Amino acid sequence: MTAALDGDETAYRRLLTALTPILRANARRTLSRMGAPTVDAEDIVQETLLALHLHRHTWRRTDPIGPWVAAIARYKLVDVLRRRGRRAEVTIDDFVEALPAAADQEEELNRHQAVQLVGTLDGRQGEVVRAISVEGADIRETATKLGMSEGAVRVALHRGLKALAQLYKASER
Amino acid sequence: MRTEDLIKTLAVDHTMDIAPARMLALAVLAGAVIATLVFAEMLGVRPDVDEAMHTVRFPFKFVVTITLAIAGLALVSRLERPGADWRAAARLLIIPALLIGAAVVLEMIVVPPSGWEPRMVGSNAMICLTAIPTIAVAPLAAILIAMRHAAPTAPVRAGAAAGLAAAAVAATLYASHCTDDSPLFVVIWYSIAIALVTAAGALLGSRLLRW
Repeated sequence: MTAALDGDETAYRRLLTALTPILRANARRTLSRMGAPTVDAEDIVQETLLALHLHRHTWRRTDPIGPWVAAIARYKLVDVLRRRGRRAEVTIDDFVEALPAAADQEEELNRHQAVQLVGTLDGRQGEVVRAISVEGADIRETATKLGMSEGAVRVALHRGLKALAQLYKASER
Repeated sequence: MRTEDLIKTLAVDHTMDIAPARMLALAVLAGAVIATLVFAEMLGVRPDVDEAMHTVRFPFKFVVTITLAIAGLALVSRLERPGADWRAAARLLIIPALLIGAAVVLEMIVVPPSGWEPRMVGSNAMICLTAIPTIAVAPLAAILIAMRHAAPTAPVRAGAAAGLAAAAVAATLYASHCTDDSPLFVVIWYSIAIALVTAAGALLGSRLLRW
């Protein structure tokens, strides 16, 4: 994490990638205990990763990383469940248990929310976030493609990610 | 979006917000300045402050309120960071509580029982109850803004801590105006006023501190 905060993208990607299965297992376990469909787990994982990223300034380099990650993961999990609790939910426990839990298949099923939300981001922020996340462009390619400076792309990306977090928060209410 | 793509996107974003500790320090500074202006406009320091400083009871009010403000801010700084140990900071609140408790006991030993009630009732109770919340508005707003910038995982508790810290700052200012210096007055009226602001903070926290 320290390397990541210093701008080491590879280290940061490795960290987030390593956290993902833990977050996923945690989300699935909680969802199945609540009798909710575990296919929603990937949405929770993604929202949690976004929250960890946008709040990484609240982690102090001298602190252990575990409790910090765990506190954010727990908060997001509770937050999502609280939001979903307001929806009428048909419990399809047994049906879901019977589904194969292959990770790729679940991911496939769950592209929808993030894609939808990224799709509704407005203006430049939306174009930048879509170029980088969906099309896999880097900062420079995005700048060239959209006729923006690299600095402007970075600003738009950060604002876009914050806006995305807000969209998650507002969704399903 | 695949999770993998999200991670790649996040890694590209290097923009990071400023550290919560710095943000909180700025907020407390700004909040305290505005609170001082509000206090000066509304009440002002009591005229006999120089003499009062030579008594025991008057300066002791600041010992209590400033200790409470420090403990409250320590609690805020823990509650706004996920996973930080806020219970240790919460235990610090025992210090101002013990200070005022001890002072109350001493006062009841020094002052005969017939003097207890007039000292408890004092002559500024209503001013105390309105002034402390009014002066606390700006610091509470400032601290809540700073906390929104961080990541409180218990919004109600975090809001309550913000209210407590803001009220302690306000009480420190108000104490320099009030002529009721008896711990018997302070323990009743200051506590009620501070509790009101703490409750307001908790309510605001539940609405404003979710992320």
